[in-house]
Amino acid sequence: MGEARTPERRDSVVIRFAGDSGDGMQITGSQFTTTSALVGNDIATLPDFPAEIRAPAGTLPGVSGYQLHFSSGEVFTPGDDPDVLVAMNAAALKVNLPNLPKGRVVIVNTDGFDAANLSKSGYEKNPLEDGSLDGYQSIPVPLSSLTVKALEKSPLSGRERVRCKNFYALGIMYWLFSRPMDTTEAWIRKSFAKKPDIVDANLTALRAGYAYAAASELFQVRYEVPAAPAEPGFYRNVSGNKALALGIYAASVRSGLPLFLGSYPITPATDILSELARLKPQGVMTFQAEDEISAICSAIGASFGGAIGLTTTSGPGLALKGEALGLAVTTELPLVVVDVQRGGPSTGLPTKTEQSDLLQALFGRNGECPLAVLAASTPADCFEVAFEAVRIAVTHMTPVILLSDGYLANGSEPWRVPRAADLPEIKVAFRTDPKGFQPFRRDPDTLVRDWVRPGTPGLEHRIGGLEHQDGSGNVSYDPVNHERMTVLREEKIARIARDLPPAVPLGDAKGDLLVVGWGGTRGALHAATLAARRKGLSVSHLHVRHLNPFPPNLGEVLRSFRRVLVAELNRGQLDLVLRARFLLDTDRLWKVQGQPFTVGEVLAAIERSLSRREGGAR
Amino acid sequence: MSPEGAAPSPAAPVYAKKDFVSSQTVRWCPGCGDYAILDAVQKAFAGMGIPREKFVVVSGIGCSSRFPYYMETYGFHTIHGRAPAVATGLKVSRPDLSVWVVTGDGDALSIGGNHILHSMRRNVDIKVLLFNNKIYGLTKGQYSPTSEQGTKTKTTPFGSIDRPLNPISLALAAEATFVARSADVMGEHLRGILARAAAHRGSAFIEILQNCLIFNDGAWAGVTERSTRDDAKVELVHGQPLVFGKDRDRGIRLEGLTAVVVKAGKDGVPDDALLCHDEHAKDPSLAYLLSRLQGPDFPLPMGVFRDLDEESYDAAVHRQIRTAREAGKVQDLDALLREGDTWQVGPES
Repeated sequence: MGEARTPERRDSVVIRFAGDSGDGMQITGSQFTTTSALVGNDIATLPDFPAEIRAPAGTLPGVSGYQLHFSSGEVFTPGDDPDVLVAMNAAALKVNLPNLPKGRVVIVNTDGFDAANLSKSGYEKNPLEDGSLDGYQSIPVPLSSLTVKALEKSPLSGRERVRCKNFYALGIMYWLFSRPMDTTEAWIRKSFAKKPDIVDANLTALRAGYAYAAASELFQVRYEVPAAPAEPGFYRNVSGNKALALGIYAASVRSGLPLFLGSYPITPATDILSELARLKPQGVMTFQAEDEISAICSAIGASFGGAIGLTTTSGPGLALKGEALGLAVTTELPLVVVDVQRGGPSTGLPTKTEQSDLLQALFGRNGECPLAVLAASTPADCFEVAFEAVRIAVTHMTPVILLSDGYLANGSEPWRVPRAADLPEIKVAFRTDPKGFQPFRRDPDTLVRDWVRPGTPGLEHRIGGLEHQDGSGNVSYDPVNHERMTVLREEKIARIARDLPPAVPLGDAKGDLLVVGWGGTRGALHAATLAARRKGLSVSHLHVRHLNPFPPNLGEVLRSFRRVLVAELNRGQLDLVLRARFLLDTDRLWKVQGQPFTVGEVLAAIERSLSRREGGAR
Repeated sequence: MSPEGAAPSPAAPVYAKKDFVSSQTVRWCPGCGDYAILDAVQKAFAGMGIPREKFVVVSGIGCSSRFPYYMETYGFHTIHGRAPAVATGLKVSRPDLSVWVVTGDGDALSIGGNHILHSMRRNVDIKVLLFNNKIYGLTKGQYSPTSEQGTKTKTTPFGSIDRPLNPISLALAAEATFVARSADVMGEHLRGILARAAAHRGSAFIEILQNCLIFNDGAWAGVTERSTRDDAKVELVHGQPLVFGKDRDRGIRLEGLTAVVVKAGKDGVPDDALLCHDEHAKDPSLAYLLSRLQGPDFPLPMGVFRDLDEESYDAAVHRQIRTAREAGKVQDLDALLREGDTWQVGPES
């Protein structure tokens, strides 16, 4: 039969590759992603890996996964649960089987179930033989031995041959989903260019996997997922961290300001530093500082010098930057702080996602210390929000905290690439006129002070962390002035809202229920809202990008619905703020498992909220 | 923006000290050593030939860190210990500026120890003036990282048991390229050192012995009092033997890896057998040995311990940028946005 099998059409498929940290699952998943993007599917991905670089082989903590959702329609999330699970060893099966609904396909590497594998993963009996896989479409493939056999002519050592098994598995999946292999072949040639034996072995393994699937009786069906209709344009598959780095750089180009990044490596934010470090030819200055505090302080120094000062970190790093943030607030210097959130508190879950730094971003400093806070909602949205963060920082002379998260940082999706000329210009004018100059003289409308570059003759002045006189900036302990300055700093941030577009819910302007979220949960909330609406429920969705200040009409939108459901990957942080600001009663959906929401759990929460509706007034 | 550093400019006006005096009332205690240092810095800046608007004075927290408010230059009074980090970002992004850090023994060596260390080992072109009075002044007299063991303060009623840090030794261990020591009361000497620091391309570290009249009066009396100072200090002069004493009759000789005080001058050890100072030695070991000398057994070395001409960090950053540009590695924004895994849907616009 083989090639004769006609592909069965599917609209949407979720695949999860799972194996040992050293098995190359992230490469396998991202190769499948790239290929799917290039054939025109809409996609969303969820790389899910441990914090340890190489936990002991074969153990449960060492399991690394990569889930991707590709479709001929619009995709909002990486999918609640896989249609196809590829398990490279016993540990990968043990970790992932509980989330695999019965009836789904599981491709298992039977070579990963020897006595050592079974014992390391805590299986008393071999799950391939004890009925654990009953009810699944289980496809046993001796991947390791097939790979070794396919490479018998390779000069590589036995161990090295086994390591090519991920490409063998990828070849099987490419056949199963009718994908072309040229993109991955080109990638292999480029990535291992200096090691021709490895190139040959990986290419052979890939093609052997494909041929094996075509010839094998094990695969009864073959699938096809046609391209998704997309707006015409130039597309690119992009991760959140990459999009964020590009957004900041684009803002540097469109403002004409030099960019300085001071950063200290921290998961999951480090990629932004690496991405921007590559842009040295473009004049981007990156400084790998000795610690988080030096990272932000160097950025503040650069801002004082007239550059875009940027620092990138995760939650623990933001905690260390608190005092310096206060300095930037009181000296009213522009600064962009990116917090790619991860599970907390303390070191927490470095590689897992969470939204638990919102209150830290809003309030985590001494004194009355307001600043602007934004959140990105999809990997591609990181570009726009980064651009917006720079705009607000340099035009309102304020630090801006941009919240991303581990899910956005490492996840990827297709992005319709804008043209540089279509990006708005960011207008910044440094003051050069000494006449009537005062360091803290303010624009009467925006309350923004002048930005002066040191080196400008006649404008020599001092700024600092001590409270200072409105206008002159001279150190002042006057009680009334302190209150005045406190209120001015607060009002300056509040007035950013005047430039902001109004909040517009997806769905209707009023109704029974408004699902409110922020940050990386957008896809799940969006998909669940659409599913509820298809059921005829009166549900809309609002995703808040500007978290301080809020869009000017936010209160009005919230009050236009009978109930509000605030869904967050934390214990109710935005909810706390909304309740305090708008005196709202709310329903809540909280999750802190280091994993994104599934569409199913959001839909269930929507239905619970609506069933409580009779509960009366809120 | 010039990547060449804050060089003297022939176009700079001729300044007097008053051009560097700000309108703010100085709020240090009467008799504080900081007044003399301020005077020396204002006079030295006036004579450097650098346009006034190119100077930036950055400070942390403590009595010394109020310094920028009294200087008619650009100034930034930052947070405790972090001035070297702020100065690093400023200098890297603005190599055309002359960036000075004013700090104290607590600010630089306690809370800011990490930053001072790394700014020096990177050789960032910033000039650090560390006012060392061996005490916390602004918080009212607690022992500092340079206080001697046994120092009694409110937080060490039984005497401090911390072992003191030697700022010069630290700077040399970090391989700072310009390391010197002077004192508040040595105005002319200090101005000379400041001028040399300004001309140096790279990290300059100057320990300035400073008297705190209120909480640690006389901490440096031995090396500053007229009656004792000639025997208590030795001036380091490049290419010259280490000779000291009122009658210049004693010298330092190296025996193996140990310094000893010997009789010098007429009837003494000849000059060429004494330790000869080489401030340009690439290896900082000998300078480190000198940094360990102190009373009562040895005179305290003053002057320049080390002066090495090496590329500064900020110059290297801009050299890399220039080299990459010259190699034609610049891509425009559109090209950067369109890198990676890309595809076209529909007709190209």
